[in-house]
Amino acid sequence: MADITIRAVRKSYGKNPTLHGIDLAFASGEFVVILGPSGCGKSTLLRMIAGLEEITSGEIAINGKVVNRLEPRERGCAMVFQNYALYPHMTVAGNIGYALKVAGVPKAERLRRIEETAKIVGLSDYLDRKPAALSGGQRQRVAMARAIIREPNVFLFDEPLSNLDAKLRVTMRAEIRKLHQRLSATSIFVTHDQVEAMTLADKLVVMNKGVVEQVGQPLDIYHRPASIFVASFIGSPAMNLFDAAVDVDNACLTFGGTKMPIDRGLATRLGARQITVGIRPEQCAVAPEGVSLKVDFIEELGSGRVIHSELNGYPFAASVDEHTRVRPGDRITLELPLAHLHLFDRETGRRIEIDLAPRAIRSSASQPTLQAV
Amino acid sequence: MIQRTPFANALTYGVMIFGFLLLIGPFIVILAGASQTFQQVNAIPFSFVPQDRLFENMGAAWSRANLGTAMLNSFVMASLVTVGKVALSALTAFAIVFFRTPLKGFFFWMVFITLMLPLEVRVVPTYAVAADLFQPVRLLISTVTGLEVSVDWNLLNSYAGLTLPLIATATGTFLYRQFYLTLPDELAEAARMDGSGAIRFFIDMLLPLSRTNMLALTTIMFVYGWNQYLWPLLMVTDPQYKTTMMSLVALLPADNGTPDWNVTLAGSLIIMLPPLIVVAVLQRWFVRGLVATEK
Repeated sequence: MADITIRAVRKSYGKNPTLHGIDLAFASGEFVVILGPSGCGKSTLLRMIAGLEEITSGEIAINGKVVNRLEPRERGCAMVFQNYALYPHMTVAGNIGYALKVAGVPKAERLRRIEETAKIVGLSDYLDRKPAALSGGQRQRVAMARAIIREPNVFLFDEPLSNLDAKLRVTMRAEIRKLHQRLSATSIFVTHDQVEAMTLADKLVVMNKGVVEQVGQPLDIYHRPASIFVASFIGSPAMNLFDAAVDVDNACLTFGGTKMPIDRGLATRLGARQITVGIRPEQCAVAPEGVSLKVDFIEELGSGRVIHSELNGYPFAASVDEHTRVRPGDRITLELPLAHLHLFDRETGRRIEIDLAPRAIRSSASQPTLQAV
Repeated sequence: MIQRTPFANALTYGVMIFGFLLLIGPFIVILAGASQTFQQVNAIPFSFVPQDRLFENMGAAWSRANLGTAMLNSFVMASLVTVGKVALSALTAFAIVFFRTPLKGFFFWMVFITLMLPLEVRVVPTYAVAADLFQPVRLLISTVTGLEVSVDWNLLNSYAGLTLPLIATATGTFLYRQFYLTLPDELAEAARMDGSGAIRFFIDMLLPLSRTNMLALTTIMFVYGWNQYLWPLLMVTDPQYKTTMMSLVALLPADNGTPDWNVTLAGSLIIMLPPLIVVAVLQRWFVRGLVATEK
C-alpha cells in the first residue's frame, strides 16, 4: 500500500520533450489506468515511476518519499511487461521465485511462497515448465505471479493484455481486477484500449502528446469529457463530433443547413463563436423530427446495430436497437437531444461548461451504455 | 536457382565429390602413410591403402619429437586462450550492449576494426610489448626523475606470454554482441525490477542464455589456439614451453637422414587429433550457436 505523487515531471530524450510537466496524485490502494494513444508518453511515465527511465525534471514520491534517485528494487514496485519478459531458460518456478532468490530468501521459504503465489494465479501444475511450453495466457499469469510474490507496494502494468486474443483479454481483465481487490496494492495500468480502461479503473488518467488531458472517475470522464481529444477517445463507437457555429441573434446552433434552437440566454452566454459539438452514438434516437441523414452502411453488433452516415461532411454514427428497420441507402431522421450535446471551443479544444437543456428533459433521457468491443 | 534435371543433378554431384576429395585427400594420405612401413611409404607409386603399422609409427613419432611435453603445452595454451577469449568477449559485449555510455559506439568500432588486424600484422609491436612490459613505466620514471631504472619484466618463455596477446578477440566480441542484441530490453528491465544488479544479471541470465553461443566460440577458439605457430615460435626459446606446431619441424626427416615419412605422418596425425575431438564433440552446438539462438 502506497500513495504516489507526481510533481511537474518532465521527460526529454535529447532535445525532444515527450512529457510536458505531469502532476498527478494517486491514493493508496487505488486502481489507476493511464489511457492514451501510442506515443503519448504513458509508458514513459510508468517506466519513470518504476525507475527504468530517468526523470528529466520534477519529482516522483512514493509514500511521501522522493524516489527520483532510487534504483527500481528500492522503490517497492513490481512490473508486468507487455511481452511478459519471462526468463526463457528458467522454469515457471524459477521465474516466479527469482526476485526472492536475488533477495537471498532461504530455499524452503522461497519454495513455499512460490507454491502459494502459483496457487493464486492458477499455475500450480505448471511450475516445472519452461515459458516456451506455456500458452499466452499462462505466460501472462507467470508474469503476474512474478510481480505478486514480491508483495510490492505498487503494481505497474505496461499494456499487459495487448498480446492476448480478444477472449482471453476479457478473462484476464477480470482476473486482474479480482487480484487487485484481493491484494489491494496501488496499481497503475497503462493501456491504449478504452474498454480496458473504463472497466478496470478507479481513477482514469487520459493522456495525449505528453500532457494529461483529464483525470477522474471513468464515468465522469465518459459523461463530461474535458476536451475534444478525450471525447473522441473514450467510448465505443466514438463520439460524433462536428463543427458548428453559435448564432446569437436567432438563438440557435447552426451546422450545415441545420439550425438547432437553444435558449436565448445560453446563446448570449456562449457568444458568437466557432464550436465543436459532440454527441454519443447511443444518445441519438430515431425520431419523427430532427436531422435527416442518409445511411451509408450498418454494423451489426447482435445486441443492436450502429448506423454510419455523414453529417455536414463529418462521419456520424448512431446506435439503434436491433428492431429498427433500416437499410443502407435509406434516409433516417435522428433526434439529437440537447441534454446530451457536448460543446467544445474549437480553438482551445476544451469543453465549454454549459447546460443546454432544462433538468426535466435530462432525467428522462436514457442511461448511456458502454458498447463491448 | 533450383532446377531438377538429370544433367544438373549429375553436375552438382560431380562438383560435390570433387570438393570432397580435395578436402579429404590429404587426410587419406596421412592415414595411409602413417600406417605403412618405411619401405611401403617410399614405394612408387604411393599406395593409398592403410596398413597395420599405425601404433608403432605413432610411438616412434611421440618419442622423436618429445610430443608429451609439446601436447601438454599446446593443450594448456589452447585452453587458456579459449577460456580467456570466451570470458573476455562475453564481458566486452556485455559492456557494449547493456550499458549506456556516450563512448559505447566508439569502443565497439575500435574493437571491430581490429578484426582487420590479425596477430600476424601486429606481431612486431606485440612482441616488443611482451618482451619488455616495464618499458612504459621506465620511460615515465626516466623522463620525470632522470633516473634509469633497470627492471626486467617480460613474458618470454611463459604460458602468460603464449596466451595473453592472443586473448583479445574482435570475432568473439562481435558474435556475443549480436547475440545480446537479440535479447529483448525487457529482459534486463525485468531482472532490474526483480532486484538483480548488473553482475547478477550477467551470471543468472546472459551466461545460461548464451550457452550455445559460448560453445560455438569455444570450438572456433580452441582450434585457433591449437594451430598457433608464429606466436609461440617468437615467444618460446625454452624447449620446456615448446608447442606441437613447433615440434612438427622435429618430425621431418633430416636432410641426409632416412626419409621415414611414415613416422612424420603418424606424428602429424597425433597433433591433429585434439582439435578434431573438440570439433566432433561440440559441432552440434557449434552449428546451433552460429545459426540460431535459444529462445
